[in-house]
Amino acid sequence: MVTLGREVTPPMLFVDIRKQFRAAGSPPFLLDVKEMFAPGFTVLFGPSGAGKSTLLDCISGLLRPDDGLIKFDDECFFDAARRFSRPPQLRRTAYVFQSLALFPHLSVKENVAYGLSALPSAERQERVERILPAFHIAALRRRKPGELSGGEKQRVALARSLVTQPQLLLLDEPLTGLDAALRQAILQDLRAWNAAGRIPILYVTHNREEVDAVGERVVALINGRVQESGAPRAVLDAPRSIALAQAAGFENLLFAHVVEHRPADGVMRVALASASCELEIPLGTVPPRAAVQVAIRAGDILLATEAPRALSARNILPGTLETLEPRGSLVVAQVNAGARFIVHLTPGAVRSLQLVPGLRVWLVLKTHSCHVVLP
Amino acid sequence: MNLDALLLSFRLAAVVSAILLVLALPLAYWLAFTHWRGKFLLESVVALPLVLPPTVLGFYALIALGPRGPLGRLWQFLFGHTLAFTFAGLVIASVVYSLPFAVQPLITTFESLDRRLLEASSILGASRTRTFFRIIVPLSWSGLITAVVLSFAHTLGEFGVVLMVGGNLPGITRTVSIDIYDRVQALDFAAANRTAFLLLFISFIVLAVVYGMNRRVWSPWAAK
Repeated sequence: MVTLGREVTPPMLFVDIRKQFRAAGSPPFLLDVKEMFAPGFTVLFGPSGAGKSTLLDCISGLLRPDDGLIKFDDECFFDAARRFSRPPQLRRTAYVFQSLALFPHLSVKENVAYGLSALPSAERQERVERILPAFHIAALRRRKPGELSGGEKQRVALARSLVTQPQLLLLDEPLTGLDAALRQAILQDLRAWNAAGRIPILYVTHNREEVDAVGERVVALINGRVQESGAPRAVLDAPRSIALAQAAGFENLLFAHVVEHRPADGVMRVALASASCELEIPLGTVPPRAAVQVAIRAGDILLATEAPRALSARNILPGTLETLEPRGSLVVAQVNAGARFIVHLTPGAVRSLQLVPGLRVWLVLKTHSCHVVLP
Repeated sequence: MNLDALLLSFRLAAVVSAILLVLALPLAYWLAFTHWRGKFLLESVVALPLVLPPTVLGFYALIALGPRGPLGRLWQFLFGHTLAFTFAGLVIASVVYSLPFAVQPLITTFESLDRRLLEASSILGASRTRTFFRIIVPLSWSGLITAVVLSFAHTLGEFGVVLMVGGNLPGITRTVSIDIYDRVQALDFAAANRTAFLLLFISFIVLAVVYGMNRRVWSPWAAK
């Protein structure tokens, strides 16, 4: 590899802070984060109350950490040792709140121009006129926020933040409550915008689809601490802790213990605690007889009404269909196979298989859909 | 009917409301947003005129404004006469007396503002002053109007403080409430009634206009 005389390092956000905080309805706990954020999207993922918004508030300067250091590139944002805290006005950080916080008495255009008051009016005008069409809100310029739909408000909030040309962007669930198509469209705009800028974007969500849509990197925050970070698939598809498995939407968490390792087959066998059945799961480092939990997504389980044969899937469990409960565009089934499994089906599948409670069924689980989680 | 007294009362109420607005805005802002632990002390001082008999307040005002009081002496040094029994003295005493009526509605409105709006303003680079005038004040119209109306009405109707500090000098300190009191003392009920009724009528009209406006001002940006 050729090394140049001087390396050009992209602007990085470095956070190493402690902050005591209290989430509604739970005992106070400590936000303790040490993490580096590179340009591009980083998804902050975690259950509500994990400290995601508090972390963004600290980075933006709205909250002062109790201790630690926040640096962006060479610029010091916060340094407890020097009792220094750069006011939020001077951090060139854009922050879109979950509530969006559009100014209700100002028009769309005035909202978008709000952060540009320091610029001469010609340049202000030009920047606003450039960003309004880019976010498809040019036709709304004279409207007040009260006259906008949810998606339009979210676009205005993003435009208001991005028009200031921030060096860092914080997004706190900016797209909740939008349907998938609209969310995709807005994310497209956002990604197009950042293709040129390449600044660090911290994106808070607990929507798995959004993670897949934006995520280049995921930081999982549980109880105020970074539990894991890395590529979305590695962090969320094979969670290594129970709290993260729950946050990542693994509907089935089953107690088990390891029976034996079979390195030649690349698997190990575990016995479920509540049932006499065993599962074959990917070979791990957990020693035999150790207690583990197995996490399985409800959407990863297949359901058959006849005993399946000649399948590559290693785990086929007979059971009884107990309940069927429609929920939105899917049907949630509970199957008792010794242990109780939750299975997601489509209404079409329920109809064509003529599923009714009490029916004898077989569950089919691929080895690699079963993830070991340490208690 | 004594038109002089009526005009004097309106002049007093207008001047006092204007001064109070300027004074109460920063005071209420500070009380609404400070994290200072001792703020309850200042809150109590501001609210004192609500519970004190006007005569007690008037008595101390008279002492402070008089030739031996600190304010009176300063005024004498600057202008050559004391404050007691003058219009300026009346204004100062009335400002103190009506202060809670201007401050309380403003605190209530400021505290009900969505903090995220103020934070969004800071994040977008606005100084505290800019946030105050561009976001806080425009979103606090109802509180501002209530504050002005209450201070105006309260000053218009005051009696005890005026009597203690101002005395009863025609055209200078004889306000309409003092005038009515005078007429009743002189058993001139017809004249007292004419003035009293006019005051009642004007007060009602002012309040009706303001509350009517306020209803519309309340949320001009709500979806139609």
